[in-house]
Amino acid sequence: MAGEKNKGLQLLDFWVSPFAQRCRIALAEKGLPYEPLEQDLSNKGELLLRANPVHGKVPVLLHGGRPICESLVILHYLDEAFPEAAPALLPSDPRARAHARFWADIADRKVFECGTRLWKLKDGEARARARGEMVEALRALDAELGDKPYLAGEAFGFADLAVVPFAAWFPGYARLGEFSLEEVCPRLAAWAERCGERESVARNMHLPEKVCEFIAYLKDKYGDK
Amino acid sequence: MSPPVKVIGALGSTFSHRVEAALCLKGVPYELIQEDLNNKSELLLTHNPVKKKVPVLLHGDQAICESLVIIEYVDEAFEGPPLLPIDPYDRAVARFWADFMDNKLLKPFWLAHWTEGEVQKGFAKEAMENLALLEVQLRGKRFFGGDTVGYIDIVFCCLAPWLSVIEEVTGMTVVDESEYPALRQWEKEYNSYEALKPCLPGRDQLVAYFTENKEKYKMYANAWAQQ
Repeated sequence: MAGEKNKGLQLLDFWVSPFAQRCRIALAEKGLPYEPLEQDLSNKGELLLRANPVHGKVPVLLHGGRPICESLVILHYLDEAFPEAAPALLPSDPRARAHARFWADIADRKVFECGTRLWKLKDGEARARARGEMVEALRALDAELGDKPYLAGEAFGFADLAVVPFAAWFPGYARLGEFSLEEVCPRLAAWAERCGERESVARNMHLPEKVCEFIAYLKDKYGDK
Repeated sequence: MSPPVKVIGALGSTFSHRVEAALCLKGVPYELIQEDLNNKSELLLTHNPVKKKVPVLLHGDQAICESLVIIEYVDEAFEGPPLLPIDPYDRAVARFWADFMDNKLLKPFWLAHWTEGEVQKGFAKEAMENLALLEVQLRGKRFFGGDTVGYIDIVFCCLAPWLSVIEEVTGMTVVDESEYPALRQWEKEYNSYEALKPCLPGRDQLVAYFTENKEKYKMYANAWAQQ
């Protein structure tokens, strides 16, 4: 019955947001039903602005109407508020948890942040630095993956979940930064495909072409002229 | 028995202090290895090859990097009073504010002190808007978590021991006492908190450090401002 399964979860969403994607994948992994609420970010509604007054951003998870903001905070919350919903997104061992959190942070602070600078900034020293840092971050991810099937090791884990939505952004970043993914991070393409074999990921992945189009739109609309 | 704990840290680093504060509050003894950030050691570069930054926590053969990751590790790996709240929603709120500090407040707060002219004015405006949110959070409370120093307080430590130091070194005031009375009171409470005494940096030491490295910090600030 819908009522029994209903956990009172809603997700304020935006189709291309890799952060919202993380949450969708996580909810699917845990088999938690939720109401997806796609937001119009060019014309933010009352619901979003009330739920996330500080940032006005997606994703926001509403649980019984109470907002939880920031994708990694949401992922932690899903584990902690729904301990009965297997699998756990984070491993139980503190060292493994720290490892997972570190690489999730790399995706946010290095990959996405540098990527944003790449499309936003005009050519110059600052943009060159962003490119350099992006390449460094992708090399680091590739090195961390190594010969393992997943970032977490033998099994798909939190770090993989946190990073995989950005896989569709890599080609766009490579084009902007004029570098070759084959040369910089040769193992990540296979890793992304492997992650994509999971239903939770497959159902929530975007085509790189669509993301490239979106990046071009962002550059055109918000990039420095 | 748990293997020994070491922290590769640096005087002047608020991130490094966060880790020391977490260990202090948790009651975990540790050895501090002071890093010279102008001349990074093999030890640091080996244990944090990706970011090459302090702080790094060494626990036995494990190296944990990133201050917020380290704090949660300390909370989970050691016995002692909890650093984060117990309730899942309260934990989500605490983590939200930690993210706010590092991704929304830190840059304008820091650059509002270290830059000049129109650039400085822009960062000051942004910093003050964000600080106003914290002022509201603090009203009527001794600390962000209540009566004792907790996770959010140590995450916000750049607003405590560091604030009056960078005001003195740069000559810039952004966190005006009349506009942010709760924050300035919190600053005093944090700086005199008994349990943190073993790890609070000496004010004179911090002033000397930032004075000596003033031009370097101004240069970093200007580069950061362009990103």
